[in-house]
Amino acid sequence: MAINWFKYSSPSSFYPLAGKIIPVFMTLAILLIMGGLYWGFFETPDVLSDQKQYYKIIYVHVASAWMAMWLYVVMVAWAVLGLIFNTRMSYMMASATAVTGAIMTALSLWTGAFWGQTSWGTWWDWDPRMTTQLILLFLYIGYIALQSAIEETRRSDRASAVLALVGLAIVPVIYYSINCPDPNECASLHQESSLKRVEPNILIAMLVVTAGFWMYCFAVILMRVRNIILQRESHTNWVERLEAFR
Amino acid sequence: MFDSFRALVKRDLLLAMRRRSDVFTVLLFFIIVVSIFPLGISFEKAILQKIAPGVVWVAALLASTLALERIFANDYADGTLEQILLTAQPLSILVFAKIFAHWLLTGLPLVLIAPLAGLQYHLSATTIGTMMVMLLIGTPILSMIGAIGAALTLGLRGGGILISLLVLPLYIPVLVYGSGAIEASMQGDVSLQPYYLLLLAFLLLALVFAPWATAASLRISVE
Repeated sequence: MAINWFKYSSPSSFYPLAGKIIPVFMTLAILLIMGGLYWGFFETPDVLSDQKQYYKIIYVHVASAWMAMWLYVVMVAWAVLGLIFNTRMSYMMASATAVTGAIMTALSLWTGAFWGQTSWGTWWDWDPRMTTQLILLFLYIGYIALQSAIEETRRSDRASAVLALVGLAIVPVIYYSINCPDPNECASLHQESSLKRVEPNILIAMLVVTAGFWMYCFAVILMRVRNIILQRESHTNWVERLEAFR
Repeated sequence: MFDSFRALVKRDLLLAMRRRSDVFTVLLFFIIVVSIFPLGISFEKAILQKIAPGVVWVAALLASTLALERIFANDYADGTLEQILLTAQPLSILVFAKIFAHWLLTGLPLVLIAPLAGLQYHLSATTIGTMMVMLLIGTPILSMIGAIGAALTLGLRGGGILISLLVLPLYIPVLVYGSGAIEASMQGDVSLQPYYLLLLAFLLLALVFAPWATAASLRISVE
């Protein structure tokens, strides 16, 4: 039997569904994050090349940095769905995702600053990856600012969706411009993802924590979207009939 | 189509000529920002030459964002914009005409005044030349990306600050390569061709997508 996906594009049917699956995601998040962090903190070597135990912030740092990037794509995907199908739910999901994405970006910058202070002796460096992350934070903030500046819901949804889309188109350009400020040297510049060189033990813990972060983000986004639904649909009958408001 | 493009450009220029002070405020803002940096940092020739590319570009970025609000604001206020949206002509062409006129009024004067900033910062003649060419390629990109932001924030309270917030992060590539080229030209023996090609590529990209995205944003804002 085919599932009618559009059924859940209506706030009144999505609201109870979200309420049912939030506990599932939250439980998974707690289990995965606790398990991954335990494994990472106690079962992996205390010294990694020349770094001492402080390198273990990697489990939070890398997971949040990854989430920051992926959530931007998720947000744009919802925004595009909204522009195509004109579904209110998609816009609500996009705006709920934006806040979590901004928090994840801030978290990765923050943990990165601590890690940088211990291992490089500086809180901040204009390293390409850090700069990209900072600009990602600006893009999230721009999206949230535009959305909250427009009072009319329909316009604010669609305008911020366009902004998110423009941001996604320009992000690769920004990334390369920061990564390679001198085009004469670009040919020799080769940045390799270091994932393969990481010890399997550490990698597993990192991936488990990342999976936990995904679950956490799903849960929090759904919670936030439920609030947005209530706020926007407060005039409707089905909200009035909800148990919680009796 | 081309007639309407020309008519719109002519009209915007005429309107601006009737209120010339608007054009000069942007220009003066640029000059003042460029002039106060040495007061805050140092009068030393070596330091000034080092910071010149970045200062000139950042001043150009700020001046361009300040002027952005005006692209559509007046037309929106007096209802002209709605008439433009209702015409049978393709909207992106008309929007492009407005952006082009805006660039003639705010971007081009910056390019022409740039040598003055170059003299203030003890730049050589060749470096000033590079700076002008770079600004000539770069400022239209700023106007076009900025127009999207202006269309999205049309008629909002505190729109000016909001535009800067939205648009400045998107200006980064132009800033990086624009000031990079000026810096490279000071070293003398570095090839500048990649910088020109990259900025021209950005310009083409912006030419293709920006008017279209601006038109879509305008339709959302003036629904």
